[in-house]
Amino acid sequence: MSKRRPYVRSMDGWWKKNPFYVEYMIHEGTALFIVAYSIVLTFGLVRLAQGEVAWNGWLEAMKSPLSIIFHLVLLVAIAYHAFTWFKLFPLTTPPVVINGKKLESGLIVRSGWTATIVATVVSFVIVWGIAA
Amino acid sequence: MSEQKIIEIEVLRYLPESDQAPRPEVYKVPFTDDMSVLQGVQYIKDNFDGSLTFRWSCRMAICGSCGMMINGIPKLSCEAFIRDYYPKRISIEALGNFPIEKDLVVDLSGFIEKLEAIQPYIIPKEPRTVEEGEYIQTPAQFADYIQFTSCINCTLCYAACPQVGLNPDFIGPGAMALMHRYNMDSRDGGQARRMEIAASEEGVYNCSAVGYCSEVCPKKVDPGNAVNINKINAGKDYFLRFLSPKGGAK
Amino acid sequence: MKTRKRSNAPIFWGLFGAGGMMAALFGPVMVFITGIAVPLGLLLPADTMSYPKMLAFAQSFIGKGFIFVAVFLFIWHAGHRIFHSLHEVGIHGGLVAKLSTYGLAAIVTVISGVALLGIGF
Repeated sequence: MSKRRPYVRSMDGWWKKNPFYVEYMIHEGTALFIVAYSIVLTFGLVRLAQGEVAWNGWLEAMKSPLSIIFHLVLLVAIAYHAFTWFKLFPLTTPPVVINGKKLESGLIVRSGWTATIVATVVSFVIVWGIAA
Repeated sequence: MSEQKIIEIEVLRYLPESDQAPRPEVYKVPFTDDMSVLQGVQYIKDNFDGSLTFRWSCRMAICGSCGMMINGIPKLSCEAFIRDYYPKRISIEALGNFPIEKDLVVDLSGFIEKLEAIQPYIIPKEPRTVEEGEYIQTPAQFADYIQFTSCINCTLCYAACPQVGLNPDFIGPGAMALMHRYNMDSRDGGQARRMEIAASEEGVYNCSAVGYCSEVCPKKVDPGNAVNINKINAGKDYFLRFLSPKGGAK
Repeated sequence: MKTRKRSNAPIFWGLFGAGGMMAALFGPVMVFITGIAVPLGLLLPADTMSYPKMLAFAQSFIGKGFIFVAVFLFIWHAGHRIFHSLHEVGIHGGLVAKLSTYGLAAIVTVISGVALLGIGF
């Protein structure tokens, strides 16, 4: 008779056991803030559809100190999402080969971050242009 | 001569015949600066307890047998040195995410089945007879897959992957890297057959891009990248299979 | 050989990827404009998000499209990511996990879609 009795270890709390996993869970956690922002925008849309009074009420609510603090938190979390999203590009995307040479992974990451900065500035200028 | 240095090595022991669950046991091991953790474990077996069970062979990071969790990190014990841990205690445990067979030996049968499933051999695009001559491959075509041939099946990447621990059916990083190695070979025509596995519920989408597999790989295979490239490939196959005359996986 | 079932994950994974990209590029600037700059009257004209301007933006084809794509992709990106995270903390792919992630995403999609249609063209 076989004396084999393979022991399966528990996965409970695995994410606390290694700093690498802790950071992983933090950047995965940015999703909670993206949900929150998506819901904030949806509320705004509903208020906009309800007319001017409703919309102005929403604008007023966005001015409350609690809302400002909340959006500062959202900004940090979503910026961290952007930072880690591109940081993972060498892992998550196929290598870029130019003239038979693989593009250095750091360059790919930096291009991503640059793209965010460019998108930020361009969006800001466009919004400013429309508003002015 | 300087005084003999002693390191404490805590080993997670498990004897299936007598232990209900694994239990730690501490050994005081004299060591010299040139000793690897594997040699420390060998010292324990030779001098303290002959029943201590572990796998090893080449002692030079090429056979892939001696992987274990060293202070919670998957490593080849032959290329981890005791001096780098001293004077702190070293904790050793069987590779994570695998069932423990005995002491530091894990049950690899699941991994072997996964390895078989991805068909890790060239499935010729166009079979050639000996008279027709060899398969020609350019250096550029060779460069496409060379990185993924370096895998030594040490399974450190499985021990690093929480998704393997959470779903033991997940094909996992190492086997997927080898799948990619054959898919990328210009002589190979087995992509559609392997796609059945990559695109399946046990396939690439179990990966959530933790990336620790590539971090611990002793051979810089970057299995995480292989898995993620195949998410894109399997995604294309999913959406374009109705357009493609050859069709994708079933 | 074991018979394997094709995973439908590419649909959700595709939305996750597109939404992650959109949030990485435009998320920070959107939060800054709607949640900080406009409410505090920083940098942008005071009436940037006034009713007539927002209405005109949300009624234009491009504006409507941008708002919908942003809300839609953000929520499906995050829903998919949280679905995986729930699995990781031990709440495996059951009804609760699906409803609280993909279900929520579907509800937000419908509400934002209806609101955008209600705003008119």
